[in-house]
Amino acid sequence: MSDVLSLIVAKYNYWLYVILMMIGLYGMIAKNNLVKKIVGMNIFQTAIILFYVSIGYKTDATIPILKNAHDAHGAAIHAADYINPLTSCLMLTAIVVSVATFGYAMALAVRIYQRYQTLEEDELRMRLSEE
Amino acid sequence: MRVIAFIVVCLTGALLLYGTSEFPDWGDPKSPASLHVSNYYIEKTYEDTHAPNFVTAVVTDYRGFDTMFETAVIFTAGLGCFLLLRDFRGKKEHYYRHIPTGVILHIKDEKKSLTVGKEFGYMDKEWVPPDLINKTVCRILIPFIQIYALYVVAHGDFSPGGGFQGGVIFGSSLILLAISYDLKTLVKRIKERLLGIFAAVGVLIYAGTGALCLVMGGNFLDYGKLAPLFPGYEDHIRTLGMLVVEIGVGIAVMAVMTIIYINIVSEGRHDEGL
Repeated sequence: MSDVLSLIVAKYNYWLYVILMMIGLYGMIAKNNLVKKIVGMNIFQTAIILFYVSIGYKTDATIPILKNAHDAHGAAIHAADYINPLTSCLMLTAIVVSVATFGYAMALAVRIYQRYQTLEEDELRMRLSEE
Repeated sequence: MRVIAFIVVCLTGALLLYGTSEFPDWGDPKSPASLHVSNYYIEKTYEDTHAPNFVTAVVTDYRGFDTMFETAVIFTAGLGCFLLLRDFRGKKEHYYRHIPTGVILHIKDEKKSLTVGKEFGYMDKEWVPPDLINKTVCRILIPFIQIYALYVVAHGDFSPGGGFQGGVIFGSSLILLAISYDLKTLVKRIKERLLGIFAAVGVLIYAGTGALCLVMGGNFLDYGKLAPLFPGYEDHIRTLGMLVVEIGVGIAVMAVMTIIYINIVSEGRHDEGL
């Protein structure tokens, strides 16, 4: 029992992201409304972003910006003092791209609504088969 | 359908949860992601580039090529929204509001139009009486938000920030203008053509900086070769190169955010909407 507890304590961040990702995936698969699907996609992306950022975290480390940059010449910089900049930087661009994909998906949804007057998937399928 | 979806989601989740047992612990300094190239970035960035913010240095210098195409993705998203939604057909009928009396004029002739000013105002389906508190607060806040956005771009090398973040803040200040007044106010202040030019110019600044490095005899985006252009700043030449690139990114992101917003809320007609 204590093994399981220590496992949960050490990895609870991953559990949270997996649950968040499951919510997003369920929304993308099961929801009937296109906007809800887009929201599900965004939740999924958020889970991935949080997962990456949490991998880069180190205990007792600070943000990846050099401390005392003006008078630190020659002082050794220890990698253990700063969290991993690579994951933050990858996710920085991922967030912006997720905004772009979200905007484009919304534009597509607006266009579909203009043409078919609905965003429900079953009604869309009906309209498409009528044509 | 829902049952199948639920089963699929639970299976995926269970597999992933099973996989997490192999993962490094929360906050483990020896996790595989923090062992190889990330240590180099932390220890050598200041020496290589003189930029205290490692994230900005990695984004715009070490991984500059990646970020250039990231900016191109943003530009493409804005272009896609424009091409999907933009509708140049004007409305046949116009509504105007006589401001002193509140009488609504309905003009069916599409050639006739009234000049909007102190006497007549626009009127459309979404029109609501302007709220004085909202308008005043936003009018006071917007310049400060924009100055903060410029600060975030300009200090991207030294403190948390950078082109993407500053551009998004600037774009949201413009969106706030559209929400607190109306869409026409925003479109009148910043013409659509100007926004399109901004989006393209941002990407061009980035690619142009890279090409300039090629001309000066270095590799693409090798800012160190720009030193003859900035005499006296040889030490911080890479930081300056990053700053130029960040300004390009900021302009592109700001313009594309606004283009996406305007096109979506007005369904491409740029006349009425939130």
